[in-house]
Amino acid sequence: MAEDPYKLLGVEKTASAEDIRKAYRKLAKQYHPDLNPGNKAAEDTFKSISAANELLSDAEKRARYDRGEIDASGAEKAPPRSYRHYAESGPGERYAYAGGGGGEGGFGGENFEDIFSTIFNRGQAGGGTAPMRGRDEQYRLEAGFLDAVNGATQRLTLPDGQTLDVKIPPGTASGDVLRLRGRGGAGRNNGPAGDALIEIDVAPHPFFVRDGRDLRLELPIALREAVLGAKIAVPTPGGSVAMTVQPGADTGTELRLRGRGVPAHGGQPAGDLYVKLRVMIGPPDPALAAFLREHEPAQPVNPRAAMEGA
Amino acid sequence: MIEIEELLREFQGLAPPELERWIGNAWIRPDGMPGHYRFHEIDVARIRLIIELKETMEVSEAALPTVLSLLDQLYEMRRRMHRLNQAMAVNVPRDLAARLLAAMSP
Repeated sequence: MAEDPYKLLGVEKTASAEDIRKAYRKLAKQYHPDLNPGNKAAEDTFKSISAANELLSDAEKRARYDRGEIDASGAEKAPPRSYRHYAESGPGERYAYAGGGGGEGGFGGENFEDIFSTIFNRGQAGGGTAPMRGRDEQYRLEAGFLDAVNGATQRLTLPDGQTLDVKIPPGTASGDVLRLRGRGGAGRNNGPAGDALIEIDVAPHPFFVRDGRDLRLELPIALREAVLGAKIAVPTPGGSVAMTVQPGADTGTELRLRGRGVPAHGGQPAGDLYVKLRVMIGPPDPALAAFLREHEPAQPVNPRAAMEGA
Repeated sequence: MIEIEELLREFQGLAPPELERWIGNAWIRPDGMPGHYRFHEIDVARIRLIIELKETMEVSEAALPTVLSLLDQLYEMRRRMHRLNQAMAVNVPRDLAARLLAAMSP
């Protein structure tokens, strides 16, 4: 190190110790090798200014240098290897970045390895020779209400024009996912095909409502049927069923048809069909009106009694 | 590898409790147990780095963990890049290497 240490630090010969310290710090911040990884020039400069600082910050050495007793390199001792020398090679693993929580190493999924495996899997269709299973493909299929209750086979047309016959089991509900093994994406290098995953959307029904394994139905009946009682036909998922309405039935009366809900399947017993009656007066009927005008109920009823005082 | 006595001879101004604190913070990770530490060359260099950061570059005690963490991340990235370079030097065909270089140049 033969260069003038004053020039290296950019200070006058008359600079105070404080000036020298400030000048060195300013340069060190700029050239420290750990802040300039890979920059050989910065590393050399740092070594030079460190040596200059070492000489000038020691009052005795500085005086000897000023008197010409030692030259600029006379005071220099072999500088220790920088941290970078170790950190960039194998021993650097010792201080591998552990992440905020410590524990898992690396850059959380953004390693070069991950980046490259992503690139190569996408870029090269035939990359590698290992058998790979095909992708699972997701589809949605709308099923009719009664098809989902009773079970049915429905045809699904795939985007590529192929068709899949999807067997919808009895009791399928909206959101259920059916898996057709081997009907997804083709495997690579003799790997198995993926599965087709089919999410079922059950369409609503005009009068049945699903409640788990049970069904609910609001059934209109005529005034005459309500007052006198009747045997009436009730629609069920399995076809029409005869049901007896007792005389004096009223709107809101609920009847249960056992076993007429979702059919038994997969070890589950059949559900029930709950039928709620709704009395319909029908179109104006002069004879009925005349009768009611003359009619004195034996027990006058106030159907709004429960609402009074509310 | 050196023992703590030799280490403290090299760093005259470093007080043992200070060093113990750095080890406690995992800023320095020597082998061995408290009282029987053994320091690798990289540990020694890192101690020098911390002293330089604190004294020469006036990095405050509070900012030091952030600075060390950033340096550790930088060096980890550079080690990986180095390994990547080595892997590419062996495995990437010349024409592809040329195309990659062309794509990388600003």
